[in-house]
Amino acid sequence: MLRLTVNGRDHDLDVDPDTPLLYVLRDDLALNGARYGCGLGQCGACTVAVEGRPVLSCVTPVSVLAGRSILTLEGLGTPEQPGTIQRAFVAEQAAQCGYCIPGMIVRAHALLVQNPDPSDAEIRRSLNLNLCRCGTHLRILAAVHRAARETRGAASEDDRS
Amino acid sequence: MWRRLASRRERNPGRRSPWWRRLIVGFGLLAVAGGAAFFLAWQPAIEPVSTPDRASFQPDQIRKGAALASAGFCSTCHTTDETKPFAGGYPLKTPFGTIYGTNITPDRDTGIGTWSLAAFRRSMREGIDRAGSHLYPAFPYTHFTQLTDGDIEALYAYLMTRDAVRAEAPEPDLPFPYSIRPLLAGWNLLFLRVGPLPAGDSGDPVLERGRYLSEALSHCSACHAPRNALRAERAELHFAGGMAEGWWSPPLDRSSPAPVPWTRETLFNYLHSWDSAHGGAAGPMKPVVAGLGRLPEADVRAIARYVAATMGLPAPDRPAPAEKPTDIAPARADEIHRRGAGIYRGACASCHESGGRVPFTVASLGQHTTLAGPLPDNVIRVILEGVHPPEGEVGAIMPGYAGVLDADQIADLLAYLRVRFTNAPAWPALKDDVRRIGAEEPKG
Repeated sequence: MLRLTVNGRDHDLDVDPDTPLLYVLRDDLALNGARYGCGLGQCGACTVAVEGRPVLSCVTPVSVLAGRSILTLEGLGTPEQPGTIQRAFVAEQAAQCGYCIPGMIVRAHALLVQNPDPSDAEIRRSLNLNLCRCGTHLRILAAVHRAARETRGAASEDDRS
Repeated sequence: MWRRLASRRERNPGRRSPWWRRLIVGFGLLAVAGGAAFFLAWQPAIEPVSTPDRASFQPDQIRKGAALASAGFCSTCHTTDETKPFAGGYPLKTPFGTIYGTNITPDRDTGIGTWSLAAFRRSMREGIDRAGSHLYPAFPYTHFTQLTDGDIEALYAYLMTRDAVRAEAPEPDLPFPYSIRPLLAGWNLLFLRVGPLPAGDSGDPVLERGRYLSEALSHCSACHAPRNALRAERAELHFAGGMAEGWWSPPLDRSSPAPVPWTRETLFNYLHSWDSAHGGAAGPMKPVVAGLGRLPEADVRAIARYVAATMGLPAPDRPAPAEKPTDIAPARADEIHRRGAGIYRGACASCHESGGRVPFTVASLGQHTTLAGPLPDNVIRVILEGVHPPEGEVGAIMPGYAGVLDADQIADLLAYLRVRFTNAPAWPALKDDVRRIGAEEPKG
C-alpha cells in the first residue's frame, strides 16, 4: 500500500509503485483536472504541484511521492467556488479548447506562491514549459497578471482588517 | 631530482664551493632574476588612436570576423546582456576568485575604441592590453596567439564596427598575490608560446584546417584538457578531458570512454546540431555548438575531421556498452537497483525506451558518453535541470527533476542506469555528488 496526500486528503492506494501519478489521479482518485497531453513531459497539460513546485505528473512515478503533499487543479477551487486564479482565467476568457488550462493554472499558482508580483517576462519564462495549441497565450498572460493583482489586493485587505 | 643532485654532490665532495661563495652566487642570481622579471613584466602602452571609421573596413572582412568571433565564443564571457553585445561584465568564477569579462565594444572610455590594430593584435598574441597591463589567462590568448594575422584583422574589423556601449567592467575580485598582474609575466614565461600554430605534417588540408580552428580559434582544449595548479592546460594531456563550469568535458583523444566510437560524421552531426547515435550537446557545450553554427559548414566538418583523428581508434581496454541492455545481471539486482529501476520505468522509460522514436532521443541511454564516463556530474545536472532548447529553436526537451526526485532517489536511479546501460564500474559517492550539485545556486 502506498499513501498519497492529494489536496490535503490522505489516500491509501494499492497501485504499482512505478505508475505515473497522472494515471493514479485520473483512474483511482477521479481527479480529472490534470490532462494527458503527450505522456512525455513535453507539453505541461499534466502539471500538478508537489510541495509548491510544478511537477509533470505523466513522468513522475507515485513511488517517489509517498508522504509529500500534492496539489491538483481541484485543490484550487470548485465550479461553485472557483479560486482566484480560476476566476481570473474566466474573467479574461483565457480558455479556447481548454485542454492546457489546468496545467497553466497550477503552474501559475506555483509561480504566484513563490513570486506574488511577477513581471511579464517572469510569467512567460515560468509558463514556457506549458504548450497551448489554440493560441490563447496573450489571454493566459493577462489572466495570470489579473490573478497576481487580485491575490495581492486580497492580501493587503487582510493586512488592513 | 633533488636526491639525484644530492648524491652527485656527495660523490664529488672536493668540488663543493665554500658557503659564502654560494651565498654571493645566490644573491647574484636573485638580482638577475628580479631584473629579468621586471624587464619581462614591463610592457609599453600603445598610443591611443582615433576609433577607425566603419567605412575603413571591407564588408567581407567584417562578415568573416563575425563568424570567427562566433566560433571563438567571444560573447560567452564578453556579453551579459543580449541587447548590449560585447559590453562585458560576465562573472567568471575561477579557483582563485572572480574575474569579469571586459567591454570589447569600440567605446573610447570603457571599451577598446582607442585600440589600434597593433594593440588588438598584441592582446590576442601576448595577453597584454593597450595600456601595457597583463590580462588574465582566463582570456584564452594562449590559443588566440596562434591565429593568423588575417583572422586577427577580421576580428578587429568586426569588433570595431559594433555599437559602442559605455559600460565599465567590474575590477577582478582576486586575493593577493593573484591580484598582482605583473606576476603573469612569469606565468606567460612558463606557459605561453607566442606565435603561429606549428605546421602539421599530415598533408591533409582539411585536417590541418580543422586543427587550426580547434586549437587557435575554438580552443577546445581550454575545457577538454586537465589544468595544473596554476590553471595552465597540461600540454602532455592535450585533449585528455577536463572540467568546465562544473561539467565533465570528455576526452577527445584515445582515452574517450564513448561506448559507440565517434567518427568524423557523427562528430560533425553533434557539432552541427544533434547526432542520432550520441545525442546532443548540453551544459557549456550548448553555446559551443551555437557558436560553431556561424562557421561555413566545411569548417565544422574540418573540426570534426581533426577531432576524429585525435580520437583515433578506441583504446583496447575501453568497456563496451552493456551487451544485453534490457537485463540486469542478477547478482547486481539488489534493492538499490530495484528502486532505481522503478523510478526509471515511471519517469524515464516513456521517452528513453521508445527505441529512438521520440524526437531527439537515442535508441538506448547506453550510447551516451556521459553515462560511461568517470564522473556522474553531467548526468546529475541533466536530471536536475532537464534539457531545454534555446528560445524559439528546435531541440531536445527533457523536464528537470529537481523538484520531484530527492537526492537518494536520484542516486538510486543513477546507480541503476550505470549498471543497466554500461559495463563501467559503479560511481562511488553518488548521494554526496547529488547533494553537492543540488545545493548549488540555481543558474539564470
